[in-house]
Amino acid sequence: METTRDWTIPGVTVGFAAVAVLGLLFLPDWLMNLTVIAFARALAVVGLMVLWRTGLVSFGHALYFGLGAYTVALLGKDDGISEVLITLPAATLVAATVGLFLGFIVRRYREIFFAMLSLAFSMVLYGILVKTEALGSTDGFNVRTPTFLGFAPEDAGTTLRAIFLVLCALCWTVAVLVHRYLQSTLGRLTTAIRDNEIRVEYLGYSVAQAIHGKYVMSAALAGLGGGILAIALGQVDPDSMVNWTVSGELVFVTILSGPGSVAAPFIGSMIYELIRTYAFEWLPHAWQLIVGVTLLSIIFFLPGGVWSLLARLRRREVE
Amino acid sequence: MTTKARMGAIGVLVAASLIMAVPAVAKDSVTIAVPAFLSGPAAGPFGVPARNGAEMVIDAINAGKLPAPYDSKGFAGATVTADYIDESGGNTKQVAEYRNLVQKREVDAIIGYISSGSCAALAPVVEELKTLTVFAVCGTPRVFEDGPREYIFRTMSHATADNVAAAHYVKDMFPGVKTYTGINQNYAWGQDSWRDFELAMKVLMPGAKQSDKVQFPKIFAGQYGSEISALSLDDAELVHSSFWDGDLEGFIFQAAPRGLFTKKKVIFTVGGTAAYRLGKKMPDGLILGARGPYGILVRDRKTALNEWFIQTYFDRYGTYPSGPAYQYGQAVLATKIAYDKAAAAAGGFPSKEQVIASFKGLEFESFSTNVKMALAGGHQALTENVYGLTKWNADAAEPGVTDVKFYPAECIMPPDGVTSVDWIEKGMPGAKC
Amino acid sequence: METAITILLDGLVFSSYLFLVSVGLTIIFGVMKILNVAHGSLYAWGAYTSAYLIGVWSEAGFGDAGTFLMIAVAALVVGCVLGFVLERGLIQFMYARDEVIVVLATFATFLILEDVILLVFGVDPYFAYQPMAYLGSAELGGILRDVYSLTLIGLAAVVGIVLWVGLTQTRWGKLLAAVIHDRELSVAMGIDVTKVYVLTFMLGAVLGALGGAYVAPMVSVAPGFGVEVIVLSFAVVVIGGMGSIPGAAIGALVVGIARAIAVHKLPEVELFVVYGVMAVVLVFRPEGLFAPASARKI
Repeated sequence: METTRDWTIPGVTVGFAAVAVLGLLFLPDWLMNLTVIAFARALAVVGLMVLWRTGLVSFGHALYFGLGAYTVALLGKDDGISEVLITLPAATLVAATVGLFLGFIVRRYREIFFAMLSLAFSMVLYGILVKTEALGSTDGFNVRTPTFLGFAPEDAGTTLRAIFLVLCALCWTVAVLVHRYLQSTLGRLTTAIRDNEIRVEYLGYSVAQAIHGKYVMSAALAGLGGGILAIALGQVDPDSMVNWTVSGELVFVTILSGPGSVAAPFIGSMIYELIRTYAFEWLPHAWQLIVGVTLLSIIFFLPGGVWSLLARLRRREVE
Repeated sequence: MTTKARMGAIGVLVAASLIMAVPAVAKDSVTIAVPAFLSGPAAGPFGVPARNGAEMVIDAINAGKLPAPYDSKGFAGATVTADYIDESGGNTKQVAEYRNLVQKREVDAIIGYISSGSCAALAPVVEELKTLTVFAVCGTPRVFEDGPREYIFRTMSHATADNVAAAHYVKDMFPGVKTYTGINQNYAWGQDSWRDFELAMKVLMPGAKQSDKVQFPKIFAGQYGSEISALSLDDAELVHSSFWDGDLEGFIFQAAPRGLFTKKKVIFTVGGTAAYRLGKKMPDGLILGARGPYGILVRDRKTALNEWFIQTYFDRYGTYPSGPAYQYGQAVLATKIAYDKAAAAAGGFPSKEQVIASFKGLEFESFSTNVKMALAGGHQALTENVYGLTKWNADAAEPGVTDVKFYPAECIMPPDGVTSVDWIEKGMPGAKC
Repeated sequence: METAITILLDGLVFSSYLFLVSVGLTIIFGVMKILNVAHGSLYAWGAYTSAYLIGVWSEAGFGDAGTFLMIAVAALVVGCVLGFVLERGLIQFMYARDEVIVVLATFATFLILEDVILLVFGVDPYFAYQPMAYLGSAELGGILRDVYSLTLIGLAAVVGIVLWVGLTQTRWGKLLAAVIHDRELSVAMGIDVTKVYVLTFMLGAVLGALGGAYVAPMVSVAPGFGVEVIVLSFAVVVIGGMGSIPGAAIGALVVGIARAIAVHKLPEVELFVVYGVMAVVLVFRPEGLFAPASARKI
């Protein structure tokens, strides 16, 4: 099987270790904040990338992103639980459970129908949250400052650094596990399903089950990402967490990153966050325009995403 | 980095900043950020006048052209540079942007915010990032009820004042009202407004009944056909609404041809912004508030500051200033006074802590009214409130108000340390009307 | 009895509005399998242009009756121009690509058009009350109603019938059916598929713009105007079945009347209605009430 050596796992290990160490030493608070937001979103994007390799794009993963965020926020409400060791697994679990149930419905659909059905489900959650006064309706509510294994940071800077470290560790774990999965037989089915479902079934695998598994996995990752974002920002509300534009953003970052590697979403998400921040600072009236133009350019000129650009550069070096 | 090493680093930083603050040399510039809705449905009626009001007052401050006694230049002598940023896009986005403002752009102070949602979401973050933040418009009482605040100031009364004053006005002008209903947006602002109004009505007009079909459409819903039918069929003679942005104007357009305003008395607690914008299309006889003594309701107040404000605004923007223009101007003015007072006390350019200390409990004459930072430990302002009835002034061909009644601050706001709901439910003890 | 009439009328008015804003979306989806997120922008552009033209017309001192002409002009101009430009300038390059990528491209278009509206029309809302004032009010079922919103019912009925007849009874409709069924075979048989696609996209765009143009006089036309509509029209299309015109009509009626009942009888559940109906339909009939079956990839 091994024709070329796979550098992904050593690569992400060194990469995340470097980000963690250099981040703690050199990153100013705002850039660390931006990294946290970008990586939290990237976790959801990793899940979307797995789906995309199967030929499926969900326009409704804000459903799971929002479920994760609201789970963390709700656990902490009224002096509840703020321990990330509990809240983050809970966010993941809630999202995965809902994903498991909805998976029975969506796994029957492909292409645009899959995308639209996911969107429809996410809008149901949005509608419920917007109308529920106990959850702050359109305002949402504040999220408690987290504790880490009982350690409760005193000031904002320490909290941010703790979140940053936890997140780097989580991202590394997710990247390694998802990479392993993609290398396994089940994982390799992804591309095969996209190319020809019937052939996969003749090989004795259930396409529906394979898709269901990936769907649950992507839901869990989106829940985890949403949970971290809620902790990092200290606030949840339906428009920023569950609206269809959030799903659009996630798909955008997926396309921007490209399906090439599990490392791609982290780089792509970072780039997206930087574009957004600077566009908003320089052209507050036209930042959507800049984001839109970037998206169109990627679709037309860089269908493999940023990763394909990196891969191309590396190939040139080898030659 | 270990916690100890970090603490050490922070200590060094604090020491460094203290050393930098100690020499009494004047700082030459203060950077502030002014968030307001610059896109979305609230931009036209709220964001734009708000930004204009802030811009005009800041320019006058930098030029030293405000009327006396505020004619000294700058904030404690330092020129003010303002960044106007967009408040739309959801509360979570505002929280993220706020962090950017403080950590990336390193502004000295943030003055603004229109939506209650923004303020409620930001309050804990402000305390966490320890930056002077002056809330200009947002109305939810929760900002100071949810916990003690050190870095937040709000320079106008909160929503309780609007709705208690509304109930007083109904009692004074329409004592015959038997039943009442409401249409409010489905989020903190609408829910809190209705709750305060309903509770105040129970105290002030215990004989009047509340309808069981109170409407709460989603904010920015746009179409109110069914709601207007439901209100029309309701027996209630009085309708309360805290609609504000584009929803307010859309609702008036749809309800006017259906006779809602001739059949019922309708209170708009934030209706003031619509008056100049709709002009002749604004129906007569609406009960109009402007969240305090601002905009059209103080058009005739003849103080030097108010006349300056109206004239300068009209000359510069071609329309009369509405509530948000006054309210943002007032927030900027309050910050200037706090800086100047702190500088006088410190004998040099003040530190953040000194500005905050002098901001607490500040009392000053603003453009259209007197402001006392009397509640929440000197962080929350008290001002009077006012209601009137709309009436098109055919002679001057401009909108006007009649039957204007002012209510003193002590009559409509809870005393320090008591939450709004508790205070109203107990029958508003201690109110001086 | 009075309440029943009122609920029915309220429901019909809102259903008509829903049908008008969603029928363009469903036509484009049915023929081209494109979920056009930019539909909301077309709606907003229609509304802005209509409000602007009505303003110009009235300023010039022409009679209020002519403002209806302006609404039609706005819908046609915006729909034809933007529809043509979008299809020829963007969508046509994407037929070979994944359908989902096309959705993303329309999402990008939506983001761009939102800001272009701000740059062109500014942030101040537009008011175009003249058509509504011209038609006046009438008493129906014991309460006053503005005649303008009642005309929505007529407009929706006309649009629905014309589309249905056009698609089932005319040569063009049959061509369309052939293209929907099998694009490659249609090409082989000499049908100009490119032309069919351009015209369909323009038709959908005109309908989207018409929704906005006709609603403009009833509301304050302000930035962010199109966002809400994307969600609503999408919900209607999902309930009715994606790509089906009778489906859009039924979806609009179900949601519109359910909402009217909620507003009058149980205001607390009003906003749940749209999403509630959608959730129920999704669980029991995920393809919608009237969906054409989708083929599995072989």
